Amino acid sequence: MNLSLFTSILTITLRAGTSLLYATIGEIYAERSGILNLGVEGMMMVGAVSAFAVAYHTGSLVLAILTALLAGGVLASVHAFLSVSLRANQVVSGLTLTLFGTGLASFLGQRLGPGGSRLVGLVGPSLGRVPIPVLSELPLLGPSLFDQDLLTYGLYLLVPAAWWFLYKSRPGLYMRSVGENPQTADAMGIRVGANRYVYTILGGALAGLGGAHLSLAYTKGWTENITGGRGWIAVALVIFAMWDPLRAVIGAALFGGINAVQFRMQAAGTTIPAALLNMLPYIATIVVLVIITWWETLQKRIGAPAALGIPYAREEKG
Amino acid sequence: MRIVFEKRQEVSRTIRVLVPVLSLVFALVFGAILLLVSGVSPIAAYAAMAEGAFGDLQSLAETLVKAIPLMLTGLGVSIAFRMLFWNIGAEGQLAMGGLAATGVALYASDYLPGWSILPAAVLLGMLAGALWAAIPALLRAYLQVNETITTLMMNYIAILLVSHVYHGPWRDPEGYGFPGTARFPEVAWMPRIYGRAHAGIFLAIIAAAVLWFVLQRTKWGFELRITGENPKAARYIGIDIPKLILVAMLVSGGLCGLAGVCEVTGVMRRLQQGLTVGYGYTAIIVAWMSQLNPWGVLVIAFLLAGLLVGGDQIQMAMGLPAAMGLVLQGALLFPMLGGSLFAEYKLRIVRPGHQQAVFPEESLAKESES
Repeated sequence: MNLSLFTSILTITLRAGTSLLYATIGEIYAERSGILNLGVEGMMMVGAVSAFAVAYHTGSLVLAILTALLAGGVLASVHAFLSVSLRANQVVSGLTLTLFGTGLASFLGQRLGPGGSRLVGLVGPSLGRVPIPVLSELPLLGPSLFDQDLLTYGLYLLVPAAWWFLYKSRPGLYMRSVGENPQTADAMGIRVGANRYVYTILGGALAGLGGAHLSLAYTKGWTENITGGRGWIAVALVIFAMWDPLRAVIGAALFGGINAVQFRMQAAGTTIPAALLNMLPYIATIVVLVIITWWETLQKRIGAPAALGIPYAREEKG
Repeated sequence: MRIVFEKRQEVSRTIRVLVPVLSLVFALVFGAILLLVSGVSPIAAYAAMAEGAFGDLQSLAETLVKAIPLMLTGLGVSIAFRMLFWNIGAEGQLAMGGLAATGVALYASDYLPGWSILPAAVLLGMLAGALWAAIPALLRAYLQVNETITTLMMNYIAILLVSHVYHGPWRDPEGYGFPGTARFPEVAWMPRIYGRAHAGIFLAIIAAAVLWFVLQRTKWGFELRITGENPKAARYIGIDIPKLILVAMLVSGGLCGLAGVCEVTGVMRRLQQGLTVGYGYTAIIVAWMSQLNPWGVLVIAFLLAGLLVGGDQIQMAMGLPAAMGLVLQGALLFPMLGGSLFAEYKLRIVRPGHQQAVFPEESLAKESES
């Protein structure tokens, strides 16, 4: 493989993987605290549409990103309220959030353009690539790693921070204990409900941010079905990563890489039908999930937080 | 002051009825706010929706057209949900059913007598849906692979496959470049009742009756119910859970496949864009709202179909996005989900002073000691 091809594939990999990685880390946090949120796809959709609409009307990318964080957080708080306070079925609640978010994003996408028109096809301000001096000139990796947009750079900080917080900080310990054994955590005076609220909402905000990267940097604009199932791939990546932010990087890179290879093959004019190439990420998700699950069963350990998806009711000691 | 939940002695029937009603009110109010913000009178919009969905025979027929796939996928999804198998792959199973039926309709007339084309399309479509569902079912039953993800990924694969087929190999050579297959021969048409409403409704009613009978009156139905309610107990009494999952998913996928058959043979009479418009996802709401009761599925599917037709109606008449129907469905299901808690629990407010009064002897004893 020649060097420029390698660089180009790595560049596309990073760009395609950015939204996935934000959403995956967000979902890791929610699930570590014991809340399964299958609404990632819906939160990404609403994040994408709200970010683009705000960027288009105000011209401010900072406001756009803040709006996406807020929108994802607000949607996630509905899920948190239902699953923490009202102990609803988390699978159904998350699915509803995805349906609702997809519908809401599509509704907004047709109303938030100038004078109540459609957003589809409009060109707004977008996050450009910001090459970092010196570093971006490095051979081989430089142009891929250090000539990206600001949200991709944000991951260079978020990933180690998320890992450190989860494993090395006291609040991170509380988060994990609430997800593994809420009874014990409660007895130790850790507030189970409050922790679950915080990390579910934080997870939603990150999913919204992932959506913002799609509409502000990756596709640069709003289209119906902009996420194309990325929210679901993120849910699968959480399992792939075994609830670890560092391993999530490998997963996101793998899926971003499939996108990149598919993109290059199409650009090279391959005879393989486009539909088959487009199926690759979905087939890969299933294959990877099977391998991971099979491997974990062999190891006799499942990395899932023990209390994942189970509502905590203090008066009913388990 | 603290709020605690107290378990009720028995499930409150009043609240069971009240929750769906209040949820509907909530959804309508939420939608009204959204409409007001968009600068449209909610009353006019809702009136247009109701009129468009249930106003006359023609609109009732259109509602039925959308209700049929919702009923069949709703029944399919609910049988899987009973086993706590989260089949969200109804959309893909529907697509594969439609694809198989199209193959029969277009290419089997050389080999089969005319009268057998439609039954063959129905059978093959159901088989295709069942086989598509069998993949995630096998993975879950024997390898414990998370079915939520696999069924969903299978949707994307099926939708891409179907779109590839009518854009490419099966595209109508005389279709002036229009993506879609040729029109089916008349022997492959599902008979119509009124307008576009077709005989698929009878298939849905029969399916509901059979499911209800099987669930209530057969050993298999009993095993299915017990496994969903208490998997541990099911294992103790020797139920083969992997096999049960597999069979339940074959039935589930078969029903979803049948929905696809109905769409291509009853409504579109060819395979083209518009086969997968989200029925498989709305089916999840149908199944949940009907509390997995087959007869309930039929009723709820009809009502939600009304919402969808109403949504299309306000798009055509008032230029509002049809996604309004989807938003209302979500706004309807959220309070229903949350509200179901109150049928089993009641809220009690505990004041700080109140708690001390619970143990009068203890506090008296303490006082006398000091």
